[in-house]
Amino acid sequence: MTELQDTARRLLDEGAVRVVIGWEGGRLGARPAFVTSAADCDRLIFDTRCVHNLATFLNPRRSQVAGLGKAAVVVKGCDAKAVAGLLREAQLERDGVVLIGVRCGGVVGEPSALEPPALTAENVSSRCWGCDVREPGSVDVLVGEARPEPPVTAALDERVAALDALSPAERLAFWTKEFSRCTQCYACRQACPLCFCERCIVEKTEPQWIETSPHPRGNFAWNLTRAQHLAGRCVGCGECERACPVGIPLGLINRKLQQVVYELYGYTVSEDPTVPAPIGAYATDDTQDFIR
Amino acid sequence: MSAVDHPQRSGERAPGDGERASAEFEPRITAFVCNWCTYTGADLAGTSRLHMASNVRIIRLPCTGRIDHVFIVKAFERGADGVIVSGCHPADCHYTAGNYHARRRFGVFRELLSFLGVEPDRLTFSWVSASEGGKWADVVNGTVERVRRLGPFDAYHGLAGAATPADDPFASYETAAAGSDESATKASAGGAS
Repeated sequence: MTELQDTARRLLDEGAVRVVIGWEGGRLGARPAFVTSAADCDRLIFDTRCVHNLATFLNPRRSQVAGLGKAAVVVKGCDAKAVAGLLREAQLERDGVVLIGVRCGGVVGEPSALEPPALTAENVSSRCWGCDVREPGSVDVLVGEARPEPPVTAALDERVAALDALSPAERLAFWTKEFSRCTQCYACRQACPLCFCERCIVEKTEPQWIETSPHPRGNFAWNLTRAQHLAGRCVGCGECERACPVGIPLGLINRKLQQVVYELYGYTVSEDPTVPAPIGAYATDDTQDFIR
Repeated sequence: MSAVDHPQRSGERAPGDGERASAEFEPRITAFVCNWCTYTGADLAGTSRLHMASNVRIIRLPCTGRIDHVFIVKAFERGADGVIVSGCHPADCHYTAGNYHARRRFGVFRELLSFLGVEPDRLTFSWVSASEGGKWADVVNGTVERVRRLGPFDAYHGLAGAATPADDPFASYETAAAGSDESATKASAGGAS
């Protein structure tokens, strides 16, 4: 932890960056912190409560953050993939940001404690299931001691498979019930590091493609569209699901789409920004079994 | 029957044919087609006097690459029981690669819709070239047949709280708006004369 604080202090002292975006302790676990002076670097922490994907603050349209000046951002493995997504889609210049990678062995699902809890199969976040990134690559500085693998949790894939086994009518009933709680607050969109459109399709009114009143038809169209727009881009950081105030299991949809793009196009989301995303690229011999 | 009368086609409702129509469900199909291949192919099917189900309403777009998934969602919202998306064969795209992009997008979208509970048979994707009028007729008939078997898409139409598209709360609004437009036109025409 002192290594992280020292690195932040050095970057600010040298004038390499104007702000370090990291985590600090808060009343409900950890919270994002924007440190602009070297004296404040003692606030920075990294432990199992640091769930937030800070790459979301690198969205160039977040003018309040961009207005702070050049940033250094602390990234876990999943966050580094999100930064790669922003680089891949030309939202960011690599030398416009300093990445401080932290070695991560998983985070909790619901941070609430004042002390970092030890990870168990019960409290570990579902996003950590199958995560193979103990050390984020392509960062400028790597800090922290090596961490063990996160504990094995109830596999997201098993829940996806259970839904796949249902009939279409049962699945529609399941999702209609889940989406019926949606109020279209767009917390999922705001938390997502890759939902960066200046004007989201849901805000387009002429024509209005997605009904914004929170009734089941508009909710279905919104959640469907959010998922489709993230197909092959979602890094599986799980922030949309955590941000959702009504607990819609968005992680299931995101995981399903990760499986689909892997099965159809052999693509897994990558830390390398030069690997093109599957939607927006194509191959002339793509599968077309579904086309008559 | 006079010489100009059409023969009765499948899916067409004659006046006074209410009992037959209610006995057999007639699906409403929306087709999003590309201007260069499938639209021309459908035109060829028509000029060749091929008989096919008349349940399909065609929406012509420049390219399958122009077909956003929200078009399909909108079609279901507005009462479609099935959707056809059709365009140029691979390597035939007027814009070089539009259909390749569409193929990737719809490959994923189809799986997503299925995961959320929409039967994949309600969606038909096909390549129909400008010379394949017969294939277009087959695609239309096949889709109508599959959707007829699945029945009306009340599960989706009912999401708005309305049991059937006929109960669409906006339907009366739109009829009223259309009516007032018409009367406004009449009024202005009357004023000019």
